[in-house]
Amino acid sequence: MNHPFLQALETIYPPDRLLTRDVELLPYESDGLTAFQSKPGAVVLPIDEAEIIATVRLCHEHTVPFLARGSGTSLSGGSLPIPDGLVIALNRLNRIKRIDPQQRIAVVEPGVINLHITEAAQPYNLYYAPDPSSQSICTIGGNIAFNSGGAHCLKYGMTSNHVLGMKVVLADGAVTQFGSESIEGVGIGPDLIGLFVGSEGLFGIALEITLRLMPQPELYRTVLAAYNDLGAAGDAVSLVVASGLLPGAIEIMDRLAIKAAEASVKAGYPDAEALLIVELEGEALQVEAEFAQLQDLIQTSGAFEMRVARSEEERARIWKGRKGAFSAVGRLSPDFIVQDGVVPRGRLGEALMAIDKLKTKYGLDVANVFHAGDGNLHPLILYDGREAGALERAEALAGEILALCVSLGGSITGEHGIGMEKRDYLPTMFSEEEIDIMQALRRAIDPNEIANRGKMFPGGDAPALKQQGLHPLERQGVISRE
Amino acid sequence: MRHQIVSDDIRAPEMTEAIEKCVHCGFCLAACPTYSLLGEEMDSPRGRIYLMKNVLEERLTAEDAQPFIDRCLGCMACVPACPSGVEYGDLLVGYRALQEPARQRSPLDALARKLVCETLPYPGRFRLAARAGKIGKALLPALPPAFAAMLSLLPATLPPPRPLPSLLPARGERRGVVALLLGCAQQALAPEISYAAAHVLAANGLEVHIPPRQGCCGSILLHIGEEKRAQAIARRNFDAIPDDVDAIITTAAGCGSGMKDYPLLFKSQPDAERARDFSRKVVDFSAYLARLGLSETTGFNRERRVVYQDACHLLHAQGHQSEPRTLLEQVPNLRLVSIADAGMCCGSAGTYNIDQPELAAELGRRKVVSILAAEPDMVVSGNIGCIMQLRQELARQQKTLPVLHIAEALHQAGEE
Repeated sequence: MNHPFLQALETIYPPDRLLTRDVELLPYESDGLTAFQSKPGAVVLPIDEAEIIATVRLCHEHTVPFLARGSGTSLSGGSLPIPDGLVIALNRLNRIKRIDPQQRIAVVEPGVINLHITEAAQPYNLYYAPDPSSQSICTIGGNIAFNSGGAHCLKYGMTSNHVLGMKVVLADGAVTQFGSESIEGVGIGPDLIGLFVGSEGLFGIALEITLRLMPQPELYRTVLAAYNDLGAAGDAVSLVVASGLLPGAIEIMDRLAIKAAEASVKAGYPDAEALLIVELEGEALQVEAEFAQLQDLIQTSGAFEMRVARSEEERARIWKGRKGAFSAVGRLSPDFIVQDGVVPRGRLGEALMAIDKLKTKYGLDVANVFHAGDGNLHPLILYDGREAGALERAEALAGEILALCVSLGGSITGEHGIGMEKRDYLPTMFSEEEIDIMQALRRAIDPNEIANRGKMFPGGDAPALKQQGLHPLERQGVISRE
Repeated sequence: MRHQIVSDDIRAPEMTEAIEKCVHCGFCLAACPTYSLLGEEMDSPRGRIYLMKNVLEERLTAEDAQPFIDRCLGCMACVPACPSGVEYGDLLVGYRALQEPARQRSPLDALARKLVCETLPYPGRFRLAARAGKIGKALLPALPPAFAAMLSLLPATLPPPRPLPSLLPARGERRGVVALLLGCAQQALAPEISYAAAHVLAANGLEVHIPPRQGCCGSILLHIGEEKRAQAIARRNFDAIPDDVDAIITTAAGCGSGMKDYPLLFKSQPDAERARDFSRKVVDFSAYLARLGLSETTGFNRERRVVYQDACHLLHAQGHQSEPRTLLEQVPNLRLVSIADAGMCCGSAGTYNIDQPELAAELGRRKVVSILAAEPDMVVSGNIGCIMQLRQELARQQKTLPVLHIAEALHQAGEE
């Protein structure tokens, strides 16, 4: 990292908030995707928005790439540092500035943890709806960057549906306000919040965010249905959706995922090939009526067992198992890749069967945990990195799964983002012209491409995977770097 | 996580297993007290795992990593928070034991540590030191932080000893036979805890053996990496405590969790099997009584609002969340009230308030704020360290609120 830039940083930060020693930088090397590591040049820990703005302006002036980082839980390498770039760690901007129960809004700083908003809103019988599995630790800033969803986005939508306004500093140092506190929004001109949310940190940093809060559901009915066959569980989803019911969440876990979650949480899941979790929520009268209908549907769907959470504690345990399932797979395998493909939900069964075949082809285990209601698959590909060639096989399998999702009319990512991991798959989904438009948009805001440089777009000078050689899609001739 | 650790150290298999299981997901950050204070990766569980991994891989020097490892409270809150089942304690205790012999300490630091190792585990020496400490208090402003913290933890006067017979017969129907571990510093600082525990156990139909030749269990030494001393000191209890008891009862959370780790401490040692058998019998006072159920339920004569303060080494290390609460709920006129962030460490953590006085004080301050918000009449805990820490912090905030050990609370309820 060049000297004048560091000197300038020293005028903003005291030594204990400007980290430059190896021992302080190494722990920032990876996020939730440890297949990639990249050491930043420095990490700064701002405590207010003025410091963030000054830092971004400095980066722009010195053309130093930066990464805004929350809790580093990204599963796509989205919060992987840029080699020798700056990490702006937002964890100390963790104040909930205001909860307004009349307007049902919360005004927060970007480093606030997702679940803390719900905890702060609870006394007013309100909550913040988007609930990614990492909600106990992931930050709102990161949720905005990746337009995070979660189990309940089936009914309530993703982060972008819950951001009403935000003050941002763009990558060139300009400070601007999108949206307002009004539920209706500005209503005139382009939806700039929609543009910013999900941009993977390529446009700038959200400084202050106004979020929509929802009234807490009066009643939950959480149903576990066990199946002898993964396909039957998938078909049950179509049955529920076709019936007109709109549950808060519909989730599926397969045998391997159940095993991992059970080892971790002891949720008391039934021993089954597949487990369907359906949660109804809302006003008591309506939920009770829907519950009767749901029970009938599950009876006819071929489930061999059905359980209903009898207490809030039981409901919490069911969800804890589901939400910890990814990490729990660490108990089954030393390494794994989480995928995040989407297929139209009517084609879930087809996709699962195809994944099953790929599993055999590559000789690797795949655990499936997914948001079945919106067709968002999370295959977890298990491998042992110590075994020669295992990572390459796992990656090739992951690539085939993504190609499969696109060919079925879906997407390569539902909520984890492109990040570092899937940037080379972007061309499987978008044409060259479409990617050019995205690039042009990015350069209009960030001419030097300093904000989270190297992510999302193929190629570039981002850090390579520690494994050498061609990318599996390159070997298959799907993509090329020329 | 993959690693390139090559080590023939006896603890290497447990250490590398913890590293392999860690998937760096970050779920542990939310549970970590130092992360909640400092908000930086190096002071988080996964950050520390990463640092220890890098030191063991020889990519980083142990000296560089040391300040961050030292700042870990060892509270184990990250262990139940971890979906992947990383045994962080196995890594931390192993790592500390591995690094300690080679560690260069400043003369003052070495002296402070020597004082801890030579006095805390021995009640007699500790009493002497406490008296000397009174003189030292006059010098407080001139002392380095570790010494100042050590001295300010000492009470103005030590309570008189509460002698116990070597055997306390069961009252009423005999429901079991147990041995009671008296602890070390606890005997000097709060002998009333063991006194109350012995009498509550006896009142509930237990024959209580209190072997006079017993000593410190070594946990405090084990937790700061003094492995050899810990082994030597622990061995004495193998002989002192009779083999034919149903359980060995501890009244300090750290003792219980440390003694449950004896199989690792004595791994591949000649007395490994003995250590394992001994370790299996160790049960915390509240867990044992909760399982047995109170036979005598005399209560308070008027309602008391009680905050139960979880000791980390009971809650996280031994998994006793419900047992102490179940026990307290059986006491008539005792109303349990909950507090925010109940699972967050109070900052006591063994010798932490000596080693890291500033962080410990801030954690203590936060804990007392949460406790006071619940407006209790009494705070009850299962660990001397937490009790001293809370008393000290309450005094600093000029609040009067009794802080009792759970055994004392039960004993007091019986007396009213």
